[in-house]
Amino acid sequence: MSRQSVAKAHQKIQELAWEPLYHEPVSQYGTDYTFSKATKKDPLKQVLRSYFPMQEEKDSRVYGASDGAIRGNMFRQVQERWLEWQKLFLSIIPLPEISAARAMPLLFHNVPNPELHNGQAIQMIDEVRHSTIQQNLKRLYMNNYIDPAGFNSSLRNFQNDYCGTIGRQFAEGFITGDAITAASIYLTIVAETAFTNTLFVAMPAEAAANGDYLLPTVFHSVQSDESRHISNGYATLLMALADEGNHELLERDLRYAWWNNHRVVDAAIGTFIEYGTKDRRKDRESYAEMWRRWIYDDYYRSYLVPLEKYGLVIPHDLIEESWNQIWNKGYVHEVAQFFCTGWVANYWRMDPMTDKDFEWFEYKYPGWYSKYGAWWENYNRLSIPNGHNPIVFEDVDYAYPHRCWTCMVPCLVREDMVMADVDGQTRTYCHEACKWTDTVAFRPTFHGRETPSMGRLIGKREWETLYHGWNWADVVSDMGYVRDDGKTMVAQPHLNLDPKKMWTLDHLRRCPPLQSPNVLLNEMSKDEQKAFHADYTAHGPAGKAPVKA
Amino acid sequence: MTTAEQTTERSLPKPQFTDAEAGAKVFPDSTARNYNYFVPQKRRQTHYEDVTVEVQPDPRHYLAQGWIYGFSDGRGGYPLDWTALKAWGSDRPEPERFPGSGGKGYDWPAHGWHEFRDPNEEWELTLYKYNANVVRQLAANVDAARQTKAFEQWNPNWVSFVESHVGAWMHVEHGLGLYVFSNANRRGPTNMHNTAVAVNGMHRIRTAQDLALYNLTLSEEIEGFDGSAHLEAWNSDPAWQGVRRVAEQLTCVDDWAEAVFAVNVVFEPLIGELFRSHLVQQASPRNGDYVTPTVVGAGEHDYATRDLRYTIAMFEPLVNDKEFADHNKTTMDQWLSVWVPRCLEAARAMQPLWSQPDAKPPRFEDGLDRCKSRFTGILSDLGLETPKELAQ
Ligand SMILES: [Fe+2]
Ligand SMILES: [Fe+2]
Repeated sequence: MSRQSVAKAHQKIQELAWEPLYHEPVSQYGTDYTFSKATKKDPLKQVLRSYFPMQEEKDSRVYGASDGAIRGNMFRQVQERWLEWQKLFLSIIPLPEISAARAMPLLFHNVPNPELHNGQAIQMIDEVRHSTIQQNLKRLYMNNYIDPAGFNSSLRNFQNDYCGTIGRQFAEGFITGDAITAASIYLTIVAETAFTNTLFVAMPAEAAANGDYLLPTVFHSVQSDESRHISNGYATLLMALADEGNHELLERDLRYAWWNNHRVVDAAIGTFIEYGTKDRRKDRESYAEMWRRWIYDDYYRSYLVPLEKYGLVIPHDLIEESWNQIWNKGYVHEVAQFFCTGWVANYWRMDPMTDKDFEWFEYKYPGWYSKYGAWWENYNRLSIPNGHNPIVFEDVDYAYPHRCWTCMVPCLVREDMVMADVDGQTRTYCHEACKWTDTVAFRPTFHGRETPSMGRLIGKREWETLYHGWNWADVVSDMGYVRDDGKTMVAQPHLNLDPKKMWTLDHLRRCPPLQSPNVLLNEMSKDEQKAFHADYTAHGPAGKAPVKA
Repeated sequence: MTTAEQTTERSLPKPQFTDAEAGAKVFPDSTARNYNYFVPQKRRQTHYEDVTVEVQPDPRHYLAQGWIYGFSDGRGGYPLDWTALKAWGSDRPEPERFPGSGGKGYDWPAHGWHEFRDPNEEWELTLYKYNANVVRQLAANVDAARQTKAFEQWNPNWVSFVESHVGAWMHVEHGLGLYVFSNANRRGPTNMHNTAVAVNGMHRIRTAQDLALYNLTLSEEIEGFDGSAHLEAWNSDPAWQGVRRVAEQLTCVDDWAEAVFAVNVVFEPLIGELFRSHLVQQASPRNGDYVTPTVVGAGEHDYATRDLRYTIAMFEPLVNDKEFADHNKTTMDQWLSVWVPRCLEAARAMQPLWSQPDAKPPRFEDGLDRCKSRFTGILSDLGLETPKELAQ
C-alpha cells in the first residue's frame, strides 16, 4: 500500500469503533488513574492489510537466516561461554513477551480512547510473535549447539529456579495490579522504551562478536516492532498527564518501574554482556558505556526529561543512583559473581575468567582486579572437582547474601542493605528504593490517598526458604537439573564436557545442607538482627569480610 | 608507498573455531534434544507445542515460588476460577510452600487444562502466513473488480444494501475481536488457550478492517455510494439493534470461556452464518455482485475452518472430562439457555434485511432452519444436547 493510501485506510478504520448503547462492558481490571475521554491520535497508523504482509516478510528473512546459519555451520564458531548464558536468557524472555500480549486488555476499558485500542491489539499479536520466535530460536540452539542440557529443560528450570523469579517481574509486573501502572508505565514507558534498548540492540551486537548471528537476526526483527509499542505507551502517558490528579501516581509508578527495571534488567543483561563474552577488544563498549548511551542519554535525557514540562515528575535521583550502582558500586560485577557463586543452583555452565578477561575488566573498570580478581582466581581453581566442594562452600572470603524481598536479586551492594518488619516478617532489601516499593508503593494507600487498585507483592519470595535444611543433591534433583545419566549436573562452573571433569550429585551429597538466610534471620532476636545488619553492611565489595583494624 | 602501510587495521571481533556444534562430543545429555518438560499430545512433539507449551507457568506443577505479583486482592497469574468450567485436577489446591517444603508440585500436567492443543497449531509463523495470504488475496480480488468495472453492474438497491448492511457487519467483527477475543487472551489458564483466542481476535479485527477498506474502495468507485451509511445502520436501524444488543452483551461476560463459547458456538452459527452465508453470499450473485462474497467469504472461512475448529477442541474434552463432565455439561447447558434465546431474537430482528435486495435470497426461515441444524451439528460434535430454547 502506498503511504497515502495507508493514511486514508487508517482514517477509514477509525469508523469501526463504537460505544455501547445497551450494556456496559465488564470491567475486569481496576486503576486509580482517571482519564477524561480524549481523542489522542493513534500515532503509528497501522492497518492490518499492510501489517500482516510486512510481518510475513520479516519472518521470511529470519527463517531464511536460520537455515543459512545451520547450513553454514555457525555452531562451529559459536563461543560456548556466550551460548551458555543464553540458556538463562532464553528461558526468561518468552514469558515477558507473552505477558506483554496478555497485558493489552488491561488497557481496553481503562483508557477511554478506541483509537488506541487498535494499536494495542496489534501490539498483542506482535508480542505473540516475539514469544514464539524466541522459543523457536531456543529450540534451534537446543538442536544444533553442542550442549543441549538446560535448553531442553528450559521452561521447567525457569519456573523453579530463583533466577526465574528475577526475570518474572519483567512479566508479572505487566499483567497485575493497577492496570495503568502495569500495562502502561511499567511495561511500555519503562521496560520497552528504556530497557529494551539494551536487550535488543546491545545484546545482539555482543552475540555477533561471539559467533552467533542468529540472535541478532531474531532480536533486531523483534526490535523493529518495538517503536509501535513505544508510541502506544507515549499516547497513553500524555492522556494520563492531562489529568492533574494522576501526577502523584505517575511519580510513584515511574520510581517503582525505573528502579525495578534497573535492578532486574541490568543484573541479567549486564552479566551476559560483560561476563558472557570472549570479545575483549579494548575499544568495544562495556555495559556501563552502553548503558550511558542507550539508557541515560537516549532514554533519560532525550525522552523523559522533555516530559517534565507536562508535569511529569522524573526520578532524577534514582536514575543517577542507578548509574552510581553500575559505575561506582560494581552492580553488574557483584551480580555475575553471585551467579557464579551459586552455580550449583542453576542450569547452565559458567566459564571462569582468564587473564585476558581480567585485563579488560581492569581497563574498563579501573580497580576491578583488587576487588574481584582474587575471587575469580579461586573460582577458576575450584572449577574442576578435585576433592573440594563447589565454591559456595569453600572459604574464599565471600559472604553468601540475603535476597531482596522486592527485586529478588540478592542484596549484593552490602552497604546498601536495609531491613524492615513487614506483614509479620523481617525482610531484607537491596536498597532503600526496593524497601520503598514494598512498604510504600505496593499498598492500598499512598501519601494518604486511597489506591485500592494497586497490586501486591505476593508469593514465596525467598527461594532458599523452600529448601531450608535440605541436602544440595536433593535440591538439584528436586528441581530436575540433572543430565540423562541420572547424576551429572546440568550446571558446571567450567566449559569442559569431559564427563570425568563434570560435577555430579555425588559431589553435592557431601556438602553442608542449604540454609535459608531469611528463615535464620527471622529466628534471631531483635538485638541479634541489629548486630547482623551492622555486620552485613560492613561487608563488600565482592562480598568480602571487612578488614579488621 | 603502498596503501597497506597507511591502513590501520579495523577493530573487529575475530571469529574463532570452537567446534561447539551438536555431535562434536559425547557426554551426558549430548543427544537430549527435546524439550523435556511436557508430554506431547501425539507421539512426537510438534513445532507448535515446542514454541507454546509451558511458556505460561503454573504454580500447580513447576512454578515453585508461586506468582510473585498480584492484583489488589492478592491474586496473581491466571486463576482457574476465571471460568466456571473445570478440567480434571482443577479443585486440588495449589501445593503449599513453607520452610523445607521443596519446590515440586503435582506431576505434569497437574490438571486437564494443559492438555488442550490448538488443532490449527497457530504460532507466529503460521498466523502471519495465513493472514498475509488473506489480505493479499482480498486486495487482488477487489483490484481486479475495480479494473473490470464490476461494480457498475450493481443495481441501486444492492448498492444501498452493501453500504448499509454489509457495512454494519464490520462493527460486529471489530467489537468481538477486541472486547471478547483479545480481551480473553489475558484470562485463559494456559498459553495454548490464550494464544488461540488472541489469533481468533486478530481474525476478527482483520475482517472488520477488510470490510471497512472494501467500503472505502466502494465509496471511491461507485458514484453516490455512502461510505457512512454503515454507521447509521449499526447505530439505529432496528434490523441491527438486536445483533448490537447481543454483541454488547457478549462484551459484558466476565467468564472468558463463556464469552468464547457464546460467540463461537452460538452467535456465529445462529447470527454470523445466517447473515453471511444465508443472506449476503446468496443474494450477492443474484444481484450481479461477485466481489462482496470474496470479502465476506474470508471471514466466513476464518470461522468455519479455523476458529470453530479450535473451539471444539477446547470445549469437547471438558464435556467429557474425567472428573467434571457433569459439572461442565450443566454449565454449558446453562450458557445455551441464556445465549440461544438472545441470538434467536436478534436473528429474527434481522429478517427485514431479506426483502431489501431486488433479487431475493432464499427465504429467511429456510436460512434460519439451516443455521439451526448447523448449530445442532456443532453441539453434537461437542457432545451437548440441543437446548429446548432452539425451538422458539
Ligand atoms: Fe516484545
Ligand atoms: Fe531490590
